[in-house]
Amino acid sequence: MSSIAERTYGATNTSTAISVFVMLVTLAALVWTGMPLLIVLLVGLAASAFIVGRTRALTLADGRLSVLHSLPHFHGWYMALMVLLPAFLLWVVLSVAQGPVVHGIIMGDLDDRLQTEQVIWPGTTLSPQAKDFYYQEVVRSAEDADLVTESVVQLSILGTDVDRGRLIRQIRDDGDRYGRLMFLGDTLRFLAPLVLAMLAFTWSVRRIAANFRARNQVERWVVWALIAAATISILTTIGIVFSVLFETLRFFGKVPPMEFLFGLHWSPQTALRADQIAAEGAFGAVPLFVGTLLISTIAMLVAGPIGLFSAIYLSEFASPRFRSWAKPIMEVLAGVPTVVYGFFAALTVAPFVRDVGQAIGLDVASESALAAGMVMGIMIIPFVSSLSDDAINAVPKSLRDAALGLGATRAETVTQILLPAALPGVIAGFLLAVSRAIGETMIVVMAAGLAANLTVNPLEAVTTVTVQIVTLLTGDQEFDTAKTLSAFALGFVLFVTTLLLNVIALYVMQKYREKYD
Amino acid sequence: MSEAVRAEAPTASRPAIAEVRESKMRTRHVDLWYGAKQALFDVDLDINANEVTALIGPSGCGKSTYLRCLNRMNDTIDICRTEGDIRLDGEDIYDRSVDVVELRARVGMVFQKPNPFPKSIYDNVAYGPRIHGLVGTKAELDALVEESLTRAALWGEVKDRLADPGNGLSGGQQQRLCIARAIAVGPEVILMDEPCSALDPIATAHIEELIDDLKREFTIVIVTHSMQQAARVSQRTAFFHLGKLIEVGETDDIFTSPQQQMTQDYITGRFG
Repeated sequence: MSSIAERTYGATNTSTAISVFVMLVTLAALVWTGMPLLIVLLVGLAASAFIVGRTRALTLADGRLSVLHSLPHFHGWYMALMVLLPAFLLWVVLSVAQGPVVHGIIMGDLDDRLQTEQVIWPGTTLSPQAKDFYYQEVVRSAEDADLVTESVVQLSILGTDVDRGRLIRQIRDDGDRYGRLMFLGDTLRFLAPLVLAMLAFTWSVRRIAANFRARNQVERWVVWALIAAATISILTTIGIVFSVLFETLRFFGKVPPMEFLFGLHWSPQTALRADQIAAEGAFGAVPLFVGTLLISTIAMLVAGPIGLFSAIYLSEFASPRFRSWAKPIMEVLAGVPTVVYGFFAALTVAPFVRDVGQAIGLDVASESALAAGMVMGIMIIPFVSSLSDDAINAVPKSLRDAALGLGATRAETVTQILLPAALPGVIAGFLLAVSRAIGETMIVVMAAGLAANLTVNPLEAVTTVTVQIVTLLTGDQEFDTAKTLSAFALGFVLFVTTLLLNVIALYVMQKYREKYD
Repeated sequence: MSEAVRAEAPTASRPAIAEVRESKMRTRHVDLWYGAKQALFDVDLDINANEVTALIGPSGCGKSTYLRCLNRMNDTIDICRTEGDIRLDGEDIYDRSVDVVELRARVGMVFQKPNPFPKSIYDNVAYGPRIHGLVGTKAELDALVEESLTRAALWGEVKDRLADPGNGLSGGQQQRLCIARAIAVGPEVILMDEPCSALDPIATAHIEELIDDLKREFTIVIVTHSMQQAARVSQRTAFFHLGKLIEVGETDDIFTSPQQQMTQDYITGRFG
């Protein structure tokens, strides 16, 4: 027993030394990367807290870890979290509050002071824009008082009768005040978290005891961290939806939804200036929807059969060795950058399609939906094949045996037993592929063109929703014209469509999930 | 127990009985490898018609592997290689001219875990007749489904819910459904691979009664871990150990006076 205790102690000293070393190296690295000093100090404090907490727990245990409620490193983590988290939160709060507080102090009684200092006439006030400008000048003055010149002020505070000389003096005074307040704030922002961290250090180190439930505390924080991580992704999604939704509503304020959803003509070029004579933009999105649908359908006609058949071959007929290298290679198809597919489509497939079409007497546009759809179909094969293959493989071997044992052929087993049982996975693969096809942009831009033709002829040039979003938003744009806002409306439709597909996929999976097992 | 009568018969008459009773399946010098590992060694075994033959032995002894040779289910395992002579009604089932689909229609199989298809009860039973084209009309199919379910002692329990999914049934019912599914094809031999191992005692009793009834029309080979079950349902018992057939004989003889020490040790629970 004693030898175990000695060994534990020896290990403790070594590991403490290692921890200290790692900590010092980390701090040096942080300083080197130009981290703010406060962060470096807080991390340093937290690291020492970890070491102190752990060492203290080990000392209390005196070689017999079983007397501790929690393992030593939980005590270390507890102290580190106690030191770091409140201090960090305080720093965030102070940082967020600093600007508004200083603004409030300086601007709170601005009109009164300007009147008292006879900058403006008694009874008059500055307009909100003038106030904004005033504050801007104050901030500039805090950097360099000479930046505030007469001409700048003259340009700015329009509409109010001011004494310019006094105004400049006032701005410079407020600039000084701003500088002092900001310095005070920065100092507070630096010192307060440090003090809090040290207080937390001394408070938490005294809580370390053999029966202290450090593990439960730490695990509670870990759960919160996990919740925070999950929340971030959810909130981001919601945020995107709402920002797109609001812009869409603004668009619908300019163009009626009915015209957008059911109009047959798409020509978003509006006049650049109000006095310019140009055609009003037309925002009938049906040609785009039809184009998207056409290209996605062609892509699925390519990817569906090829993907499903290769999945059946891989899962039922291929030898395990062949499967082990063929499947990763197929999955590489999904990893090829779409721009590569794009020029493959535009430079190789599209001319080929056109030549073949001409050879058999068809009139094919040089940019055709067929070429883009076919290449897109190749790209999404892995979504169908890989997920279908997984689904077919997941069907219990017992079902396969049951069918074969009844004298079913392999074809009958696959089509009548395995595919129906694997249907949820297969459908999920198809829907994922469709979502991907609908959202795909690059291939279409390069191979199918930009012309918003309302056609279902795969030999003509068409355009899709995503391509139009790209063309509407690239380059310098004003973000309040119907033209740019229509991109958000298109994006919203796209989002709703893929969301619906996902919901359908989930529903199908749910409905058929318990079919076997 | 009618077998008790036979057990009391004089020892001398036994070979005569074996000769009179035609053997449905005959296997000679069966060797089987999984990759480089040999799992069966030179197994010679006759399976008599309209009898239940039980295969017993400790786990990994090769009894299930042997069973799966009888309808070539081992063909579905890539690394599995079988040698030797296995005959059904005198015809070599591993001959190149034999269609494995037809073979499996004649030698049906019931598995360890109930494995109904994710289809309705009706479709489960109708599946075999459909793929083999055994019936012409819907009425005939209905009749065959009813007959099969009746013979599997399940008709009364499911006749009002034939359209319900087969895996909504209880474990014992599912296993009887699998038996109904197997007999609907009209096989000559039914192979059962531990059919009761996933079932409770009451469901097991049901299945055992059923097996006893079915032997009048079918030849049955059953793998079981339960020696009581082997004693209850079978007429002949074969004891396997480490891939070798150690002893085969009338069930009552095997359990009362085994010829081999190893068999004695196994049935008295000294190993396995």
